[in-house]
Amino acid sequence: MCSKIRNITYINAINSALHQSMDKDKKVISFGLGINDPKRIFNSTKGLVEKFGIERVFDIPTSENALMGVSIGLAMSGMKPIYMHQRLDFFLLAMDQLINGASKWHYMFGGKVNLPITVRLIIGRGWGQGPTHSQNLHAWFAHVPGLKVIMPSNPYDAKGLLLKSIFDPNPVIFLEHRWLHNSIGKVPDKYYELEIGKAKIINKGNDVTIIASSYMVADAINFIKHFEKINLKISIELIDLRSIKPLDKNCILKSVKKTKRVIVLDPGFSFCGFASEIISIISLSLINELKYKPIKITVPDIPEPTSRFLVKYYYPSINNLYRSVCKMFNLKTNNKINLDQNRQVDVPGDWFKGPF
Amino acid sequence: MVYSLTNQDIEKIYKKFIEIRFLELEISKRYSEGKMRCPVHLSVGQEIVPSILSLFVKKADNFISTHRGHAHYIAKNGNIPEMISEIYGKKTGTSEGKGGSMHLIDTKVNFMGTSAIVGNSIPVGVGLGLSNKINKKNSLSFVFFGDGATEEGVFYESINFAALKEIPVVFICENNKYSVYSPLDVRQPKNRNIHKILNGIGVKSFFSKSKSVEEIYSTLEQAIRYSRSKRKPVFIECMTSRWLEHCGPNEDNDLNYRDIKELDAYKKNDFQKKLENKLKITYIKKTQKQIIKKINSAFKFADLSSTPKKEDLKKNVFKN
Ligand SMILES: Cc1ncc(C[n+]2csc(CCOP(=O)(O)OP(=O)(O)O)c2C)c(N)n1
Ligand SMILES: [Mg+2]
Repeated sequence: MCSKIRNITYINAINSALHQSMDKDKKVISFGLGINDPKRIFNSTKGLVEKFGIERVFDIPTSENALMGVSIGLAMSGMKPIYMHQRLDFFLLAMDQLINGASKWHYMFGGKVNLPITVRLIIGRGWGQGPTHSQNLHAWFAHVPGLKVIMPSNPYDAKGLLLKSIFDPNPVIFLEHRWLHNSIGKVPDKYYELEIGKAKIINKGNDVTIIASSYMVADAINFIKHFEKINLKISIELIDLRSIKPLDKNCILKSVKKTKRVIVLDPGFSFCGFASEIISIISLSLINELKYKPIKITVPDIPEPTSRFLVKYYYPSINNLYRSVCKMFNLKTNNKINLDQNRQVDVPGDWFKGPF
Repeated sequence: MVYSLTNQDIEKIYKKFIEIRFLELEISKRYSEGKMRCPVHLSVGQEIVPSILSLFVKKADNFISTHRGHAHYIAKNGNIPEMISEIYGKKTGTSEGKGGSMHLIDTKVNFMGTSAIVGNSIPVGVGLGLSNKINKKNSLSFVFFGDGATEEGVFYESINFAALKEIPVVFICENNKYSVYSPLDVRQPKNRNIHKILNGIGVKSFFSKSKSVEEIYSTLEQAIRYSRSKRKPVFIECMTSRWLEHCGPNEDNDLNYRDIKELDAYKKNDFQKKLENKLKITYIKKTQKQIIKKINSAFKFADLSSTPKKEDLKKNVFKN
């Protein structure tokens, strides 16, 4: 049987994974605020309730913590809940059930039961999302033993990793960046799973490794495209982590052993952040082999300001990457080069008309 | 008991009402200019309760509200140019551009903030009330929220604590029957009366689904008088109707998620017209003209205000 491969959006890839998981297994159920409303969580759940019925696809009260606990009960008895939220920040109300419950239930009951729960969270940015609609708290989740944390950067990975997450026997936090939702990529129609914990080398190179995840991968790809035009000598290796826990340490170490230079590009806060963890892992193994100290590019230890006049100074820009690479190789930065000139500060592209 | 209102009362209510409605409609009209780049949750259709409340509220009383907080801010006499500036992301905004439409504050009039996380600000209002109690102040703390917020655990924790400690808080639930586009019937059991939950918890509650200004006035007056004189918490649930989309400047009837007949019934019963029927045309014209002028100058202020600068980004993470 041959399966078609099509160019589809990230959101349609998510939608396809949700359909195929529910088709495959009657124990899969989906719920979240707005799942069946006319906007269908940015269209990600379209067609689900029509196909699988209200028992398996249902809207919920504005009760995030309770439904997280309900997910534990469901999962413990063999169901496979997919619990979704339009912003990661809303899910912070569920921290008790997630951290004190779901993450350690398997461990603290000696492996007697396990929890195949998938939590879909969407990370916002720009258009005045501000301090409580934009937080990249993946490092928080990854900090807690017992949670897997996935951050796909493209439609192909999103579908394959979501399917794998849904059938993983553990709780998985699946993080989607709102600015990736309209990105397009080649995705097979057929059912497929991708292994969790495997990074992908998006660009092969020998001189410096850039490590990124989620929307930062798009920034890095953009940077490399520009940089290749202005510098023919330095070749950049780009690693898309895809899963930040489990983390593909082998892939990271192998690449940095080769390039001996590393830039970590992370969408989270700088202090106690995920980029620091990666640099720590690299330093512990390869400190004496590095030709330049590791560089960390993240958002600062500051909440996202709402005003677009401030947000333009907040997120890492492609110019940051350019300057970092120049510094590493002792190159003069050309002040005439502005790699951010075609970027708008608070929207991902013309498709995004607000309000969130 | 239903009070009859003096002409002066009606005039005051009308003025507030028009201030809220015209301002919200102006935001809606200008949103597409792309200068207000943040989510806005407008209160068009929900003006009457805050407008009437403004008659009973004292300057020393505190207000705490939600993502849909413009009307409450205006009812508390918050600074309007600063509010519009905040939505424009300007330095002169209520929160210096850090918070946007969902984070308004005006401490000069004791409007103590709003939250973009559902239910998040309810206990904060209880804390303000407790502080009033401890410091023997006789002001009240008003806490505004929607029907959706009553589904959060923190709502129950907060009302229980207010009941336990007899904290003078006025909880005001504006029930527009929706949490975003999810109707009550996918979120709460049929025949639920939110205000009745409160009696079991030990907080006196009031309810109004009235379409008469006098009746709503009477309910609010009694509830607030109770809390002020007894120094106890009180809960008021008012049925209302949001006319525009949940978030954003437009109508949303094309989405087909709600009963248009019910919405039309609310629109037919438009409180603006009801109030106008009780007023002299000269007063109406004079007031409208005054308010339009005020609103235009607020937008002009926002437009001309300076933008925050790079060094402002790191300002205020901590207090020095
Ligand atoms: C904890 C949390 N969950 C979900 C959301 C998304 N959200 C924003 S406004 C809103 C509606 C809440 O409904 P209600 O309390 O009735 O207020 P209304 O918008 O109707 O005024 C929701 C669910 C949020 N901001 N915070
Ligand atoms: Mg509501």
